[in-house]
Amino acid sequence: MQQHNMLLAGGTVIDETGERRADVRVREGIIIEISSDLSAGDDELVDIAGCIVAPGFVDLHTPLRETAMPQAETIETGSRAAALGGYTAVVAMPNTDPTQDCVEVVEFVSKRGREVGLCDVRPSGSITIGRAGAQLTPFADLAAVGVHLFTDDGSGVQDEGVMRRALEYAGELGVVLAQHCEVASLTKGAVMHEGECCSHLGLPSWPALAEELMVHRDIELSRLTGSPVHLLHLSTARSVELVRAAKADGLRVTAEATPHHISLNDERLTSFDTRFKVNPPLRTTADIEEVKKGLLDGTIDAIATDHAPHPPVAKDRPLDEAPPGMLGLETALGVARSHLDCSWQHLLGAMSWRPAKIAGIDDQHGRPIAVGEPANLAVIDPDSQWEVDPSALASRSRNTPFIGVGLTARVRHTVYEGRIVVRDGKATA
Amino acid sequence: MTLHFRSIEEAGTERIHRLLDLTEHMAAVGRRPNPKVPALRGKTVCNLFFEDSTRTRMSFDLAAKRLSADTMTLAVSSSSVNKGESLRDTVETLDAMGVDAFVVRHQTSGVPWQVAGWTPAAVINAGDGWHAHPTQALLDAYTIRQRRGIANDFSGLKVAVVGDIRHSRVARSTTDILQLLGAKVVHVAPRTLLPPTSDVATTSNFDDVVGEVDVVYMLRMQRERMGAGLVPDGGEYSRRFALDERRASALRPDALLMHPGPMNRGVEMMVDPTELPQSTILDQVTNGIAARMAVLFELLGSGGIEE
Ligand SMILES: [Zn+2]
Ligand SMILES: [Zn+2]
Repeated sequence: MQQHNMLLAGGTVIDETGERRADVRVREGIIIEISSDLSAGDDELVDIAGCIVAPGFVDLHTPLRETAMPQAETIETGSRAAALGGYTAVVAMPNTDPTQDCVEVVEFVSKRGREVGLCDVRPSGSITIGRAGAQLTPFADLAAVGVHLFTDDGSGVQDEGVMRRALEYAGELGVVLAQHCEVASLTKGAVMHEGECCSHLGLPSWPALAEELMVHRDIELSRLTGSPVHLLHLSTARSVELVRAAKADGLRVTAEATPHHISLNDERLTSFDTRFKVNPPLRTTADIEEVKKGLLDGTIDAIATDHAPHPPVAKDRPLDEAPPGMLGLETALGVARSHLDCSWQHLLGAMSWRPAKIAGIDDQHGRPIAVGEPANLAVIDPDSQWEVDPSALASRSRNTPFIGVGLTARVRHTVYEGRIVVRDGKATA
Repeated sequence: MTLHFRSIEEAGTERIHRLLDLTEHMAAVGRRPNPKVPALRGKTVCNLFFEDSTRTRMSFDLAAKRLSADTMTLAVSSSSVNKGESLRDTVETLDAMGVDAFVVRHQTSGVPWQVAGWTPAAVINAGDGWHAHPTQALLDAYTIRQRRGIANDFSGLKVAVVGDIRHSRVARSTTDILQLLGAKVVHVAPRTLLPPTSDVATTSNFDDVVGEVDVVYMLRMQRERMGAGLVPDGGEYSRRFALDERRASALRPDALLMHPGPMNRGVEMMVDPTELPQSTILDQVTNGIAARMAVLFELLGSGGIEE
């Protein structure tokens, strides 16, 4: 796909440096001019009156899942969903088959991402071989091919000794370890949050404590080793409190929360609809409020999707057999905007420049919108009121929990490396 | 919208009262020399059992036959379900054969709700996971009503439900129906066998309540729970929570002793209940057919029971 020379005219620019009315001229993938009232000349005029221009979003948590060799096509559908959601970069989770635990698999995913060319696909590496929790992956070799974030996501590293050594070893390489916080011995067979609702429904439960114990452990391991830790998809009130205290102590701890954990509570499962089964599970309204507060006060740095496509044949099963996970990329902005009462700049920071820094890709993404910067941009219609049409989703799967939910704000165009990959809410390729 | 019978809560007070009255009528039909009526002639009832339960399946089957419905049965242990076929595929295939009601039993909570989303037929919950077993609740409530000679007002009645409450759909549904009818329920179990939260009164001291209550409802204690670290061992469980000689003799003479079956003798039942006048265990089996006839008739019947 060729690069467009374009003038994004009539919008409001919002980035880390502030907010201003300005037209943005992009040529050959680079922002070359920013000023009010530019004329298009030979460049394509893209009228974005009333819209926001922001740095493209960065998803720290995109399990493309079936990205493994034979079915690489899901990298394509996942990339398209990301672009439609305003993302110009995604960190691909390592829980693929085979696991992203060696240079070959990581390079394959990067290469597929580049071939598809709809967004920047940045593979993470697993912390342990096969995500089995025992032997460390070659962090240095993987870092040399561009891996910055390491995680066994899908499960947490259960063994404290292994996690301690991983942090010590990673520290000197400048990479970051990310944890899926779940003490497995407390969540055997769990389908949903442990509380009133599960007691009523007779479903095996996932206590908040199973997350909080590991959040606490990893904060203390970060204190001990001095290495950074990123905590994935925080879902409980107490987790947020622990991270807040860790940050107050000056520890190198960052955290993310998903759109579904700030918008849906465990009572959704009273319908026994497997679309609402996710890991960690949907929590209580009180948890939702605290996670939102954490996002608002910066305790939680980023919004990350944990976008998990599953085909109907997988979800049309009993709750214990159905895999956890829900779609998120295309609805993230709308859900976040509808549920977080904050400035646009704060919200966009949680979706763009703060996750870009955590992912170590802030040289390309989440950049200020300024002359000489790469043209990775999201153009947002802030007032759009819309509902999800599952049949129009780019993902092959239909497991969105937001069918029929009214959302505010929508991505109109996405510009990746100076190319319009989404125009008027539709993927161009 | 199709009417289902999936939980006591969903059915609500009015329907439960009506179903109890209908159960009494069906029980009377069952005492006739020829207990068969033509009410559901031409209707097809499909028993969809993903979990072994010969008793419940036979009870539903007989109930449907007494109402002259055609029945078919698919009994699959979940291990033998073809992994390439989803639950939905199974339901849609059977539905295409022309089914008026599915009777669904599954080891996972919620399956009857999922099934109802995939077929226009009525769905009867014959037990889902740890969640609900509403026809058991109906037959239990009817049995109490019959034995005590009372109507649908259970206020003043005190019931102890004893055993593995956490993993028991019977405990949930029977507690729901008894509370709905006005009874006072207490759950008797160690903390490990109670649900994470509960608004029902609880005690772990069986001896405190055994001689007090009007009904002692013993739950089946599955042997597999013993190995799961929820109780130290079977012996200790029995000493604390079984009905033994001592506790049996503490039962009030006018009390009722109930059990959903099948019993685990030597685990929760250390005495032979058939020798106790308080036992309702065989009445429960008999009334199960009437209760299931009532439910089937409510969902599928049009017009009267007789022709
Ligand atoms: Zn995870
Ligand atoms: Zn994940």
